[in-house]
Amino acid sequence: MSVKSTAARSSRGGAKRRGGAGAQPPLVQLLTPEGERVEHREYSIDLTPEELRGLYRDMVLTRRFDAEAVTLQRQGELGLWASLLGQEAAQIGSGRATRADDYVFPTYREHGVAWTRGVDPLNLLGMFRGVNNGGWDPNENNFQLYTIVIGSQTLHAAGYAMGIAKDGADSAVIAYFGDGASSQGDVAEAFTFAAVYNAPVVFFCQNNQWAISEPTEKQSRVPIYQRAAGFGFPGVRVDGNDVLAVLAVTRAALERARTGGGPMLVEAFTYRMGAHTTSDDASRYRLDDERVAWEAKDPILRLKAYLTKQGVADEAYYAEVDAESDTMAKRVREGVRSMPDPDPMSIFENVYADGHSLVDEERAAFAEYQASFEDHQEGAAR
Amino acid sequence: MTSMTLAKALNESLRHSLESDPKVLMMGEDVGKLGGVFRITDGLQKDFGEERVIDTPLAESGIVGTAIGLALRGYRPVVEIQFDGFVFPAYDQIVTQLAKMHARALGKIKLPVVVRIPYGGGIGAVEHHSESPETLFAHVAGLKVVSPATPSDGYWMLQQAIECDDPVIFFEPKRRYWDKGEVDTAAVPAPLHRANVAREGRDLTLAAYGPMVKVCLEVAKAAEEDGRSLEVLDLRSMSPIDFDGIQASVEKTRRLVVVHEAPVFLGTGAEIAARITERCFYHLEAPVLRVGGFHAPYPPARVEEEYLPGLDRVLDAVDRALAF
Ligand SMILES: Cc1ncc(C[n+]2csc(CCOP(=O)(O)OP(=O)(O)O)c2C)c(N)n1
Ligand SMILES: [Mg+2]
Repeated sequence: MSVKSTAARSSRGGAKRRGGAGAQPPLVQLLTPEGERVEHREYSIDLTPEELRGLYRDMVLTRRFDAEAVTLQRQGELGLWASLLGQEAAQIGSGRATRADDYVFPTYREHGVAWTRGVDPLNLLGMFRGVNNGGWDPNENNFQLYTIVIGSQTLHAAGYAMGIAKDGADSAVIAYFGDGASSQGDVAEAFTFAAVYNAPVVFFCQNNQWAISEPTEKQSRVPIYQRAAGFGFPGVRVDGNDVLAVLAVTRAALERARTGGGPMLVEAFTYRMGAHTTSDDASRYRLDDERVAWEAKDPILRLKAYLTKQGVADEAYYAEVDAESDTMAKRVREGVRSMPDPDPMSIFENVYADGHSLVDEERAAFAEYQASFEDHQEGAAR
Repeated sequence: MTSMTLAKALNESLRHSLESDPKVLMMGEDVGKLGGVFRITDGLQKDFGEERVIDTPLAESGIVGTAIGLALRGYRPVVEIQFDGFVFPAYDQIVTQLAKMHARALGKIKLPVVVRIPYGGGIGAVEHHSESPETLFAHVAGLKVVSPATPSDGYWMLQQAIECDDPVIFFEPKRRYWDKGEVDTAAVPAPLHRANVAREGRDLTLAAYGPMVKVCLEVAKAAEEDGRSLEVLDLRSMSPIDFDGIQASVEKTRRLVVVHEAPVFLGTGAEIAARITERCFYHLEAPVLRVGGFHAPYPPARVEEEYLPGLDRVLDAVDRALAF
């Protein structure tokens, strides 16, 4: 087969189709981008003013924390940061849908979910600063460690949910992953296991339209939520910038899982407003127009417009939240700057739960080496 | 002769391969418009099209598995794994399929697939971005495993790997991507699997590859100030290993220290120590020593300098070998 004929063949296959807005399937929405409350035939929500204000506060604090982390990276205090800008509603809405006894399996971008679980924001920064490879006790808030290897955690979530089912407990699991991750074999296997064992797990895909430089079209020819059907469980697409819709849909999915309904796939349709990480330059592969179009769907402005119109919150409240986020940012900034570098000997810590003679031997040799170096320096100083 | 970075040399090498053989394809995550996260494929999609420089779905098993299929169809895929720690979803395809198919087909089929992997630490990255898993591949019969240390070797070895009819795991020392060196694009390159004497010496041989060659050259320079003459051998290939080249050097210097970032336990250095002890038992004045990583997960960035073998740790081993 010649090179030419290959090209001819795939152009016949029609490789390119970046679906226009009209081509998109419907999504669950309860709050329009303008902040108008709309009803949905299947999903509804009724929140108290306090709960509504709480969602606003969560999103503002999360965004502020995220912005602070970006700044800290620019200042050299962090080695890297993966910003969640634009995904606040997807994360706060789904995170607030979880119960304390549910278990969360995040990727590396779930700072908002972590917030809803009560994880100290400072703890999230350790691995990005380079002082640890995880940094919190997953069982303290039922929030697993961040997972960088794409898709792996979806299998852990399915397995954890299988355990819940075996125990006859009534909690549920939520597994976060991205549009890019949906291509991984691990994710397909997680769907298979969860379906076969009717495991109480919600697969929560934040489709932020990009996997580094690759648009979602490079991963899937069908909307991601539709994949669930082939595995034998329902899938739904929700407006990922609508915190009310995300909360309603995720609550329903978790409740379904808790009551024996099995797994469900939620695709939160959202947008990664920033670069992939602070190491990335998005201008190399995407047009700014796209980002600007999504700015009009901003999750925080949308809720704020609704709260104001409803008289649920006013300027004084917004100012109060802003002040609180300043205080939080200051605490984070100071906390990061005073995080000590790890002791070199910590390299050998926690490699095994039951110990290992080779680690012991290498630890001893390294300690001796370090000590000889110090002796030598002291000698030179004298 | 042109001076260029290792990254640029690899880019030029890929460009040359795409130009000279229409069957050569590039595949990987973000290798198209972005040019890869390290820009090694920068500009290639623009010049050779999406049919030959392919942004793949985010699935490493899929990337290598389909590369095998494309190779069966007569193509020569060069796949990029974004970082060392992300090759493992593809490990099954590499070990159970890519490595063995030629033998299973009684030699009737060839699998000219190159798997490029940026590897090693020293760039202050988060976990899974700094590992040195070469032994896990060198241990598998059917795979060839190489790593350039210089822009010149990057330029030539990558083309040789692409021309090779066997699968080659091509480890790129990512912390050396931005180091410059002279590249002679008209030269006749040395064979792919031959070790290179990077610096001649009399008293001890330092054998290294990839990112550690530069460290060993610095060690040799420092040792020279103490009146010690160290030979630095750039192994270039971890499978096969040029034992003849190492033997020739050791018969001259009588002492050998092997250096790599990968854990020493069951590593390349262990194999070299065993073979060289067999081959050069009566020439050796000291046991073959190894400097490398510990039997521990790659540590967080703020302590990696202590973990990575640096000047001091290599010098310490040199001192111990010379004191024997
Ligand atoms: C197995 C694996 N391959 C490659 C990578 C490198 N990588 C990190 S993030 C990323 C894109 C992920 O995209 P997506 O799943 O959509 O999540 P997002 O980053 O958009 O939140 C890639 C390719 C990785 N971390 N793990
Ligand atoms: Mg994404």
